[in-house]
Amino acid sequence: MIHSSEVRGRNKRWNRAQRFLCAPKVVPYVFVAPFILVFLLIYLYPTISTILMSFQRIDGPNISEFIGLKNYRKLFSRNYFMALSTTANYTLWNVLILVPVPLLFALMIHSKLLKWPNFFKSILFIPSLTSIIVAGIVFRLAFGSLDTSLANKVLGMLGLPARSWLMNSGTGNFVLIALTLWRWLGVNIVYFYSGLQSVPQELYEAAEIDGATAMQRFFSVTLPSIRPVLIYVITLCILGGFSMFTESVALWQQNNPGGVGRTIVGYMYMMGFYKNDMGMASAIGLTLLVLVLAANVLQLTAMGFFRKED
Amino acid sequence: MKRTNRIGGRKNLVKTILLTTFMIISVIIVMLPFYFMFLSSLKPGTEILRKGLSFTYDPGVSSFGNYNSLMTYRDGIYWHWYKSSAIIMLLQTVLGLFFASAVGYGLAMYRFKGRGVVFALVLILMMIPFEILLLPLYRSLIRMKMTNTYFGVVLPYLVPPFMVFFFRQYVMGLPRELLEAGRIDGCTDYGVFFKIMMPIMIPAFGAMAILSAMNSWNNLLWPLIVLNSNEKFTIPIGMGTTITPYGNAYDVLMPGAVMAVVPIVIVYLFCQKAFMTGLTAGSVKG
Repeated sequence: MIHSSEVRGRNKRWNRAQRFLCAPKVVPYVFVAPFILVFLLIYLYPTISTILMSFQRIDGPNISEFIGLKNYRKLFSRNYFMALSTTANYTLWNVLILVPVPLLFALMIHSKLLKWPNFFKSILFIPSLTSIIVAGIVFRLAFGSLDTSLANKVLGMLGLPARSWLMNSGTGNFVLIALTLWRWLGVNIVYFYSGLQSVPQELYEAAEIDGATAMQRFFSVTLPSIRPVLIYVITLCILGGFSMFTESVALWQQNNPGGVGRTIVGYMYMMGFYKNDMGMASAIGLTLLVLVLAANVLQLTAMGFFRKED
Repeated sequence: MKRTNRIGGRKNLVKTILLTTFMIISVIIVMLPFYFMFLSSLKPGTEILRKGLSFTYDPGVSSFGNYNSLMTYRDGIYWHWYKSSAIIMLLQTVLGLFFASAVGYGLAMYRFKGRGVVFALVLILMMIPFEILLLPLYRSLIRMKMTNTYFGVVLPYLVPPFMVFFFRQYVMGLPRELLEAGRIDGCTDYGVFFKIMMPIMIPAFGAMAILSAMNSWNNLLWPLIVLNSNEKFTIPIGMGTTITPYGNAYDVLMPGAVMAVVPIVIVYLFCQKAFMTGLTAGSVKG
């Protein structure tokens, strides 16, 4: 008897739990609960924790001491500004190259004049499937310092002296952008292409009847029509530019000669994991967060994203 | 009239030839690294160290022997890396799809208090570079004793904001009447989600599965921080360890690189459409 009443009690509790979970007011919250949890644990808590850590000296997972603004005072060193300039440079060129070039390719693929457009689109996408580390191995070899490296052979053919590509900032950044362009060209083409496909054909016909030149059609029909895609791609370029790290690892394995090619995230990683200075690393991370958010807000405002559509 | 047309036609033909030639050249340049990768994977490492990349195939020194030595390299450690990569990819994709689809569905299907706030959070999180949160996350991981575990690697990707956004957009396009119909048939709301909605969402699952698998397979930074024993390394980390200041083990690196690329390219060739849908999901509707 005791046994069965126990079972009944358990059933009752189970029923009550079930009724609670199935109540119309509760159901939507059960669905979004995973995101709320992840938001609190993976984003909010670490963000707050980063802010706190940036004012601390950390000597172990559970040992820390508040030291005020010391981390920030140490922050503005030569290494930091070098990493900042690498990151800023990379982001700038990322936007300047990885937006117009893929757009041009997408326009060509979209144009009726090109043969086998789908084939080209498919093939150009393949580099994005490789891991950056794998791609980096080939790029390191191609841009090696030897006179016989591929890039130097090409320079030789043009009658130019060989360079040690990865040993100084200018050429190092060039290789970084080349690697990025190689990997992301196809992806951005797909973005732009899908945007171009959604432009109503009548608009072009109307423009043509009005006697608009190809240039005029591009600037007054195509560009405004693909604005959402354009915003999206530029946002991705800025975000990817600021948070770039893997490309740099792929080319330099964190042995950046004199800091060449070391990015903000790379510097943060170095301070946090090699120099074991988590407080300082947090301060670096926070400056990056502020930069990214500022750049994105600026970009979105400039492109009229916050303006209400009429 | 006819004449101008013909001239226009010839002009177009010239343009077609120029455009197509340009594209062919671009494709060749883009594919060159793959060519080098494969060619180098057949050569002895010393040859690459000495000469770097070269166009020529030299039958005297080239063979598939490197692939054999890849299998036996450090007691077959490459297969451990392969297995790790596969396990993490599977875990991350299955869990990520499950949770993100549930959240996206909840956001799209129900009107509830705080819905706007949750959706705004999703959009904001899409804008925060994950790299910034590495250090505190790593500290939490140490406290939870989850370093060097696969689950630790997957943890930050349990509910990817981008995927939530994608599923929300997708479910917004589904008829809400399905929910009502399911309720009348005596299904609970969860039953409706699992039995009625999930099957309808299969195309969306396909697109996101591929994107997630691709990201996981090529992910470097976070797994590098979490994992610290050699057998648990993923392919990108493992490959990184063969690059040392004392000389790179190209005989392992190159065939390893080829083997890492081949499966994902095969999957791509078979499901191109899903790749493209997954990619363009977020961009067209700004």
